[in-house]
Amino acid sequence: MHTKIQIRLNGKMQTLTVPPFRLLLDLLRDEIGLTGTKEGCGTGDCGACTVLLNGKPVNSCLVLSGELEGADIVTIEGLKIGPYLHPVQQAFVQEGGAQCGYCTPGILMMTKALLDENINPTEEEIRFALSGNLCRCTGYAKIIQAVQTAAAELRRSYEEFPSSQRRGGCATNKMPRSH
Amino acid sequence: MKRPEPFEVFQPASVPEAREFFRKNGPGGHFLAGGTDLVIAIKEKGLVPRYVVDLKKIPSLSGIRESCDGSLTIGALTTMREIETSSVIRKKYPFLAQSAAEVGSIQIRNRATIGGNMANATPSADVAPALLVLNAKVKISRSGGEKIVLLEEFFIGPGKTIMEPGDILTEIVIPPTPPDFRGEYIKFSPREMMDLAYVGVAVGVVVDGSRKICRDVRIALGAVSPTPIRARKAEPLMLNQGITPSLAERVGEEASNECKPISDVRSSAAYRKEMVRVNTKRALLNAAAGYVENLSWTARRDRRY
Ligand code: FES
Ligand code: FES
Repeated sequence: MHTKIQIRLNGKMQTLTVPPFRLLLDLLRDEIGLTGTKEGCGTGDCGACTVLLNGKPVNSCLVLSGELEGADIVTIEGLKIGPYLHPVQQAFVQEGGAQCGYCTPGILMMTKALLDENINPTEEEIRFALSGNLCRCTGYAKIIQAVQTAAAELRRSYEEFPSSQRRGGCATNKMPRSH
Repeated sequence: MKRPEPFEVFQPASVPEAREFFRKNGPGGHFLAGGTDLVIAIKEKGLVPRYVVDLKKIPSLSGIRESCDGSLTIGALTTMREIETSSVIRKKYPFLAQSAAEVGSIQIRNRATIGGNMANATPSADVAPALLVLNAKVKISRSGGEKIVLLEEFFIGPGKTIMEPGDILTEIVIPPTPPDFRGEYIKFSPREMMDLAYVGVAVGVVVDGSRKICRDVRIALGAVSPTPIRARKAEPLMLNQGITPSLAERVGEEASNECKPISDVRSSAAYRKEMVRVNTKRALLNAAAGYVENLSWTARRDRRY
């Protein structure tokens, strides 16, 4: 039982033949070999499996491959810009925003989605955006700090190179401001 | 975590096509909206669909439309996140946008749909009380035509609605409200996020501007009965009266008598009843005070206590 789907994965068009009942999480990890995306709970509670689907953060453990025809998917492996870490990744390294690292890919994808929409979030907005991402190690203080550092760095680079803002995310990557 | 057993996924392009497909393929099929309930039922509750009909490629099922008479139509496949962030809904019914924002996480709300949430008829669904005080109706596409019913008559039990196999919920329709209608939704839950409501209370009031008299009162309760309900006995107590703390207290007591909560892992029935009393009173007083702004979650939390 297989179905053919065409998707854009981390910027590259791909045609895949997949079982339609396969979870997007398993498709990424087991069939494509992108193991950066993690499974914590498998039930939409922890956010470790967060990827961007058509620009929006979703739990890949709850998405079926049979729904993906025409989808644009960005995973943690697609965050790097050429050989360089994305400012969000850089900030987590700098601020010590990861300990065991298991929640980190999901948190980075959620942070990317937040900053694509809101380049100057308050701490309250950061906490609201990250409420679906559980971390059992850090106590969140350094994660919040890292998001703030990433936001500051992005603001700085957009000021310096205004055209880079347009390259920051894909066109569908608009997430309305949270409240 | 268990993985799904094999099944086919179909993506019809229209509602008639979806229904026809379902009819031809017979029992064992499931319609798929956002998947945040269906996939969990497959993984956790041992549901084994024979096939799945994904409704997400049907354009007519999504979007929010305001008609010139002031009514609002929300396509069944509209996501919770779209409702939370819709400028029309945030302006007209901020408490409805807020109730959608109370569901799960942003990741969940980017998938979960309002139609799927209603069709699954969870007693604690956050948007249900908000929709009930708006006198919302649901439109169902079924063989032999369309059926429109009040949401209040749509739910019949936990996980049960009047829908029959093969029916598709297509739209939620909110009839026009008077210009001075004010709503409030309080989700009572010890965690601010990522939890189900222990108790959900929505109220809608129309207060006569000059004399501060209540011309219309609607109260709806979630998570405290087999279905989300209207507190039909409590509502009239406030009709044509001013909203005072002592009257709000009495209305809260009546609402608490009306509900039939269960005890479960989240809370005892007695505690739920007590929280209905307290939060109905709070919601009425908040609505009367006119908190129409979309408040941040911390402000919302602070004004609850
Ligand atoms: S693994 Fe998907 S949310 Fe936890
Ligand atoms: S760093 Fe270990 S779970 Fe977050």
